[in-house]
Amino acid sequence: MPSNTASSSAAAGSADSSTSRRNSKRPKYSKFTQQELPACKPILTPGWVILTFLVISVIFIPLGVVSLFASQDVVEIVDRYDNDCIPAPARANKVAFIQGAADKTCNRTIVVPKKMKQPIYVYYELENFYQNHRRYVKSRSDAQLRSVKDENQIDACKPEDDVNGKPIVPCGLIAWSLFNDTYVLSKNNQALNVSKKGIAWKSDREHKFGKNVFPKNFQMGNITGGGKLIPDVPLSEQEDLIVWMRTAALPTFRKLYGKIETDLQENDTIHVILKNNYNTYSFDGKKKLVLSTTSWLGGKNDFLGIAYLTVGGICFFLALAFTIMYLVKPRRLGDPTYLSWNRVPGGGR
Amino acid sequence: MAGERRHKGMRLSKLYSFKCLKPFSKEDHSQIGSRGYSRVVFCNDPDNPEALQLNYRGNYVSTTKYTAANFIPKSLFEQFRRVANIYFLVVAFVSFSPLAPYTAPSVLAPLLFVIGATMVKEGVEDLRRRRQDIEANNRRVLVLSKNGEFSKTKWKNLRVGDLVKVHKDEYFPADLLLLSSSYEDGVCYVETMNLDGETNLKLKHALEITSVEESSIKNFRGGVIKCEDPNEHLYSFVGTLHYQGQQYPLSPQQMLLRDSKLRNTDFIVGVVVFTGHDTKVMQNATDPPSKRSKIERKMDKIVYILFSILIVIAFTGSVFFGIITRRDVTDDGKKMRRWYLRPDRTTVFYEPRRAVLASFFHFLTALMLYGYLIPISLYVSIEVVKVLQSIFINQDQEMYHEETDRPARARTSNLNEELGQVDTILSDKTGTLTCNSMEFVKCSISGTAYGRGMTEVELALRKQKGMSMRPQDDEIKANPTKSVKGFNFWDERVVDGQWINQPNAELIQKFFRVLAICHTAIPDVDGESGEISYEAESPDEAAFVIASRELGFEFFARSQTHISLHEIDHVSGEKVDRVYELLHVLEFSSSRKRMSVIVRNPENRLLLLSKGADSVMFERLAKHGRQFERETKEHIKRYAEAGLRTLVIAYREVDEEEYRIWEEEFLNAKTLVTEDRDALIDAAADKIEKDLILLGSTAVEDKLQKGVPDCIEKLSQAGVKIWVLTGDKTETAINIGYACSLLREGMEKILITLDSPDIETLEKQGDKDAVAKASFQSIKKQLREGMSQTAAAATTDDSANEKPEMFGLVIDGKSLTFALDKKLEKEFLELASRCGSVICCRSSPKQKALVTRLVKTGTGRTTLAIGDGANDVGMLQEADIGVGISGAEGMQAVMASDFAIAQFRFLERLLLVHGHWCYRRIAMMICYFFYKNLTFGFTLFWYEAYASFSGKPAYNDWYMSCYNVFFTSLPVIALGVFDQDVSARLCLKYPLLYQEGVQNILFSWERILGWMLNGIISSMIIFFLTINTLASQAFRKDGQVVDYSVLGVTMYSCVVWTVNCQMAISINYFTWIQHCFIWGSIGVWYLFLVIYGSLPPTFSTTAYQVFVETSAPSPICWLTLVLVTFSALLPYFTYRAFQIKFRPMYHDIIVEQRRTERFESGTRTASAVSGELPVQVEFTLHHLKANLSRRDSWN
Repeated sequence: MPSNTASSSAAAGSADSSTSRRNSKRPKYSKFTQQELPACKPILTPGWVILTFLVISVIFIPLGVVSLFASQDVVEIVDRYDNDCIPAPARANKVAFIQGAADKTCNRTIVVPKKMKQPIYVYYELENFYQNHRRYVKSRSDAQLRSVKDENQIDACKPEDDVNGKPIVPCGLIAWSLFNDTYVLSKNNQALNVSKKGIAWKSDREHKFGKNVFPKNFQMGNITGGGKLIPDVPLSEQEDLIVWMRTAALPTFRKLYGKIETDLQENDTIHVILKNNYNTYSFDGKKKLVLSTTSWLGGKNDFLGIAYLTVGGICFFLALAFTIMYLVKPRRLGDPTYLSWNRVPGGGR
Repeated sequence: MAGERRHKGMRLSKLYSFKCLKPFSKEDHSQIGSRGYSRVVFCNDPDNPEALQLNYRGNYVSTTKYTAANFIPKSLFEQFRRVANIYFLVVAFVSFSPLAPYTAPSVLAPLLFVIGATMVKEGVEDLRRRRQDIEANNRRVLVLSKNGEFSKTKWKNLRVGDLVKVHKDEYFPADLLLLSSSYEDGVCYVETMNLDGETNLKLKHALEITSVEESSIKNFRGGVIKCEDPNEHLYSFVGTLHYQGQQYPLSPQQMLLRDSKLRNTDFIVGVVVFTGHDTKVMQNATDPPSKRSKIERKMDKIVYILFSILIVIAFTGSVFFGIITRRDVTDDGKKMRRWYLRPDRTTVFYEPRRAVLASFFHFLTALMLYGYLIPISLYVSIEVVKVLQSIFINQDQEMYHEETDRPARARTSNLNEELGQVDTILSDKTGTLTCNSMEFVKCSISGTAYGRGMTEVELALRKQKGMSMRPQDDEIKANPTKSVKGFNFWDERVVDGQWINQPNAELIQKFFRVLAICHTAIPDVDGESGEISYEAESPDEAAFVIASRELGFEFFARSQTHISLHEIDHVSGEKVDRVYELLHVLEFSSSRKRMSVIVRNPENRLLLLSKGADSVMFERLAKHGRQFERETKEHIKRYAEAGLRTLVIAYREVDEEEYRIWEEEFLNAKTLVTEDRDALIDAAADKIEKDLILLGSTAVEDKLQKGVPDCIEKLSQAGVKIWVLTGDKTETAINIGYACSLLREGMEKILITLDSPDIETLEKQGDKDAVAKASFQSIKKQLREGMSQTAAAATTDDSANEKPEMFGLVIDGKSLTFALDKKLEKEFLELASRCGSVICCRSSPKQKALVTRLVKTGTGRTTLAIGDGANDVGMLQEADIGVGISGAEGMQAVMASDFAIAQFRFLERLLLVHGHWCYRRIAMMICYFFYKNLTFGFTLFWYEAYASFSGKPAYNDWYMSCYNVFFTSLPVIALGVFDQDVSARLCLKYPLLYQEGVQNILFSWERILGWMLNGIISSMIIFFLTINTLASQAFRKDGQVVDYSVLGVTMYSCVVWTVNCQMAISINYFTWIQHCFIWGSIGVWYLFLVIYGSLPPTFSTTAYQVFVETSAPSPICWLTLVLVTFSALLPYFTYRAFQIKFRPMYHDIIVEQRRTERFESGTRTASAVSGELPVQVEFTLHHLKANLSRRDSWN
């Protein structure tokens, strides 16, 4: 628009404007493009702050109480046996004992402290066992577990991949180190049936472990790891293996051993004949036998309830603290004197 | 040859004294043929074998960054120049090795996604450029074909040596050598707006030998041009035309550059000299320096910090891993500790006997594992956000200028957030603060002042005296029959022919005749309406011609020798045509500061008509011509005070004899071809421009743009400093400074100048060294004085912080040269930073850039330069942000700018609203990004501690790779694009809010580290609460226990919920988009879980059915989720609550104010109005007082 086209610009201007009306570059109006969409603009006013804290505490404290009650309902018997099941003379060198050929049978007696309703779950608990070690976790072949066709897919399984060139099924460190302590329970000298059915996840049984995959060359290597498998039972029915192969997340873990489908009364004495086969001694791991009922929340753990109560309590305390603060030292909403740079007009630098 | 002209036309070359036939320097021409001067052009003979051999490039132009062939490698290269991307590339490669903690595809996928997205963006941008190229390349031009006819050819097919014909208002397709034009002497007018931004027309002149008729030019063959090689100097050209055995030197006078436009000339014929990328304009087209915002630079630092954190935790992990691994086998190698890992038969990565090596490899693994600390999608998200932000800037209706049909344009999206941090604005004056359209508002004729129009400054004064503005407005509106651009003059004594009745009518007539005749404008008569418009070299001149036309001296035709006016005879009052014979034009030049014409009037009397600056004109008056000198000087002073540009008008009668003698001498000087030709012409012109008779003076207003004072006021309220760098003289600059409230009442002015008598005397002696020395000392002294002045004010004044408002620094160009000296620049900057406003007058483009650099590097703060002309380009490129005004003066500034707006006043919205928002958004976004990645990354680290640092990730591979891309990215983008702390209206109402950006409060290290800390705390809360609630006990009624996959899913859900809810509680603005994205992201996570979990276990591995079968039916998982999410948000929420209570941020207060306003519903509207009115009232008062005090102190 040169400034020197003086009077013609009036004429040209009108022509311009008529054309520009047709294809003007004027941005189209919409609430979106003009950034004027209707919006909720939450502000942390004292009221809202206190209300939020109060609401949280009001929800959390009851939740905590309920969780604690649920946890309290659970009856849990934990029996650590790794130390006791080594005969006293052999305790100086536990590893030698466990690796030796001596009889590993061990008798344990458990007294039921409180009535336990069936089903009662039997777990074994290991501590300081890193099932989540990267080398360990990767050392398996899901393909092989699923179908016979893929039994040669053993790349990930080293060093437990093959024996004399023949693939091990199931291969890998996880399967190789299968837990093999066994418990035989009896109540008041009557055998207590521990059911092994349905201790593994359904999806594992049905989709991850094949119905026609049978153990092959298992534990035939130069070093025997853990438990052995029954050769003519398909993997999908070897639930102990399936449970074991669902790796634990943390170094302390329980795994289902079985279910007791009868109630146990208070002061019932349970006798356990235990085969202490599994070597946790070389890495100082603990072994425990756990009998537990469940509530709707699962097993016994007060942590959730306590955590809920704590957080709820903190929120309640904060609500209180803020209320007092606002009462004692109120700040007028929108009072600009609180600004750090307000005392420096002109944006002092 | 010249005498034998057949067709009618003008011989303008004869009239102009200085412009044509500049002497050539022999030196340059002697270089032709040597290195750098080797180009040979065979005119009209492009098929000549010799020409073909030279193989010059065609006229095809490509400005794209990529070609189809190199797009992929080049854009990949660009991508991997970023440290973070290289890291991810390395990670991706290593992920194929057994070192990788997770599978290769899960690493590659997000990287490919991110790289791909960026490449698509690059590609689209480049495609747009390509389309523009195609458009330019396929434009058509007339080329002389073999059969001797001009035929249309595409631009891209032009070859060096082609003869082309360009018509009026067409662009030149390449650099042409002008051969002939429709004017018989081969002149033409060129508009070089696209090259240098100057709107005035430039006169180009063909060699006499070539300026033949069109029919004969077709036979122009055999000419050979030897000239310089392509270079980027727009104003130089060295070459020789060899034609018919003769050599003719060529100069820039004959060059028509590509992208300039032919004006006012029906057509030209030229020969193509430089094509395509060889043209001067393309040689000049260097990529503008790519600018990065401060935030982005800081972000790089943060990425480095994250890298350090990454290395530290990876290293820590490796050390532990090494120790643990070494213990796996006893020293004798016989016993295995963790036998289930088979440490006796292992790979090198877990080899206990080479634990150091193993831990080194582990270190590499860990670097990959914790790679989630480095947000891979950060860069791409930021780019997406910035592009969207730019769209919002482009779409803002409030920044659309109706008159010019120009919306604001963000030409780069890199600097959006920088707009929110501007500390100093360096502004050009003409065309930026002012419209650069001159309006004739006043004149003083024979000692009488005419013109009732009010300038802005005067309006303010008038109001201060208590007079209402209203009647004046009405008068102005009622009287002029039509509003004419460039003319704002109204005086009932003069308009509508009333001047005839004035006692000094004869002088008035003479006065306007001078205005109507003494110029170089060209009339352009509209065939239909008969209206006349003018093409003038400067807007001032146009204003004069228009003024004289409006007052009855209509200049309607110019021929080679005559100027014709429609005049009103002052005796009869009738309209008559008068023709003046134009004898000579003594043009304006910056050294002469005046212009004269010599004409013979219809009465056959010789007249010299002259106009010029007061400084040179008054000394040329004759004794008897000084009748009104005192009054005129008085008026000129008053006009200058009112911010007007003045010129003195004078004339004299020349007697024939004197003229004859003078002309001879003058023509002699003109035809000389020596170095001192200009000086001789000058001297000759000087001889006749004397003994003038004063007629009066004109006053032209360079109007302030609409809204400029308000905008400046708002910006200074926002704490932004404004420097004006102008080429104007000191007085004008100061006046404008007052008019746009840069200088205010009560401001102490510090004037630094070299216009002192002793330096002037030194200058007269001509000792340059002595002058420089004395000047240096003088400036040093003045700077010191200024410093002590400001220091004194600081100590005496209790409210010490008021001091930046109290001083205004004015410095002129000559002084600036010395003040910018290395030795003084520190002091200068120090002084300037103590002053509220700084005005640099008479500064050259280079000085503008230097000042900008000084401010930028000296203060380390963000500078914004705003300008509209080619002279501002340096400044725009030097500043952190360049804003171009796409106004009257060309596109050069806009092309060099980062943002283009149509008017200065849009700067207010650009900075206070968009700048503030963008700054806030980007700052929050980056902080949040680091937060979310630390939250996620550190859960991995804590988990490692529970997995003997073996490098096992806590989550499934694909959860992790989707984290940044699907589950958390959209809310961040929504934050970056839509979040607003306060509405646009409030941003403008409380400009101080802008200081949040200037002081970088939202992106200070405390805040960044605070967010990082928040991330780490969150990760701890998430991890430890989760593992403790989901410990070893059964987690469902059916007695099942938590395994690796369940813990991963639960913890990951906690992370997704926490970071998304954190977003929800930290944003201030919830539209449906935010709701959609935040809750949608969480929804997508569960959707993903279901879909991914239902894939066969070979794909989904640990995620197989994990949600549907395992964790969803478990109440404890959900309870954990609730607990963890609330607990992880609690620290931040509590902190915010405390902060708002005790140390609220400015926007918090404003938001609260808005709320309280809303609550006071009854008085709300009233208070809103009354709250805004006083600001304006106060400002106006301010303005008035300012003008008053200025009058006292400056004049």
